[in-house]
Amino acid sequence: MSFHLLLFLAFGAVCAGGAINLLAQRHPINSALSLIAVMAALSGEYLLLGAEFVAAVQVIVYAGAIMVLFVFVIMLLNAGEEEETKGSRVAILFGVPGILIGGVLMAWVVLRHSGTIAVGIGALPGPPTDIAQLLFHDFLLPFEVTSVLILIAIMGAVVLASKPELPAGKVD
Amino acid sequence: MSVGVFILVSVIKSLIVLIVLLTAVAYTVWLERKVVGHMQNRWGPTRVGPFGLLQPAADGLKFLFKEDLTPPHVYKPLFLAAPMMALIFALTSIAVIPFGNSIPIFGYSIPLEITDVNIGLLVILGVTSMGVYGVALAGWSSNNKYSLLGGLRASAQMISYEIALGLSLVGVLIQSGSFSLRNIVEAQAGRFLWIIPRWNIFHGQFIGFFIYLMAAYAETNRIPFDLPEAETELVAGYHTEYSSMKFAMFFMAEYANMITVACLATILFFGGWNGPLAGPPIVRALLPLVWFVAKVFCFLFLYIWVRGTLPRFRYDQLMSFGWKFLLPLAIANLVITAIVVAW
Repeated sequence: MSFHLLLFLAFGAVCAGGAINLLAQRHPINSALSLIAVMAALSGEYLLLGAEFVAAVQVIVYAGAIMVLFVFVIMLLNAGEEEETKGSRVAILFGVPGILIGGVLMAWVVLRHSGTIAVGIGALPGPPTDIAQLLFHDFLLPFEVTSVLILIAIMGAVVLASKPELPAGKVD
Repeated sequence: MSVGVFILVSVIKSLIVLIVLLTAVAYTVWLERKVVGHMQNRWGPTRVGPFGLLQPAADGLKFLFKEDLTPPHVYKPLFLAAPMMALIFALTSIAVIPFGNSIPIFGYSIPLEITDVNIGLLVILGVTSMGVYGVALAGWSSNNKYSLLGGLRASAQMISYEIALGLSLVGVLIQSGSFSLRNIVEAQAGRFLWIIPRWNIFHGQFIGFFIYLMAAYAETNRIPFDLPEAETELVAGYHTEYSSMKFAMFFMAEYANMITVACLATILFFGGWNGPLAGPPIVRALLPLVWFVAKVFCFLFLYIWVRGTLPRFRYDQLMSFGWKFLLPLAIANLVITAIVVAW
């Protein structure tokens, strides 16, 4: 077994374990921390593929910024432990068949593609220069359109979050 | 270089860097007490050893022998993990910082850094962005309102200033065209007009440097941005409930972060180890290291000087300064740099 495969399996185990722990934990902050572990392990997997820029961005944006906001909100609301419920009937009615269908689909896809060779290290664009070439040259228009969409979403969030203006003379 | 030699060299380098870093942390504390003492017309530490030079050792021993209290109502797993997280992330980021050129030892050319990665700057940004968890979780798990407020302030402040910090670095990246810290330093070699060194701060990134400096002060929770531990309002902020070695770990993390920020400022804006070289070969080999250390020392002194001079901001001032002044300035700097480089 090569060292590369060993690392892949180790990161994969951390990833799957973290995801299961996320569901199993009763306290929201523990779940959030498990999600951070999943993000960090995923970035390790990206590194193994030779996608160093995506790996770094995964840590900076997801683990370092978005998850900090999650933790921030949990801390601010001081959310306590979840209460145990007996589970809803909807979850059993739709959840079990859903999982079965998903599992069968996944097994079908995996079996259909069995025997294909994994993508080699560095076979796809990974270094920042290649990504920049793709984003700012080959796919410039889609990239700019996406950024405009995100800008609109940000403006919408600001409008929704801002306090309604009080009529003049009244103090809040 | 065979795999065995590579592992041996890496382990030795990591050990040396770690020992030097921790010693530097201890003596930065000494320097701070000494310099702030003189600024406030007193002597600072004088009793332990000449000029109080053994004070860090005495402090360390004292931390070890203090009673390690765990208050009854804390959330224990995170209460224990938080100081470790803070210290681990603070010590990790030094791994990609280059201190000088390669030096030849026993026929091998050894680069003076633990590892050279081509996305070095992104690695540092990623690791420091994880560092906020130590502070935030310490504040939350202490189950204390002062700690919680400190932790909340820390996470909000670090997220806000990380944007300005990141944007202030983009100007340097555009000029050097690489994420590798070694390439960034090499791009600053030489001089123009015969006398001015070609460092980025003299080469169009003057505003970028000041944005970096202010954002870095906020990121390391130092005065004038030390609101997460503002003594006058929050007792000691996020580490109110910590004692003994756990408190010392937060302390060490703060100073290790200061040193990393100073190293990064030296590399990005002040030409790293570039400087005049002269003398016999052995001196020529070691002079770059001396220049690097001297520049880092100047930054650490500036940190302490600012602490001895400025009062603390109010929290709303901190936020409006970061979002309404630093961020637009950083964007303007980025746009102007891009136009100049493209033209």
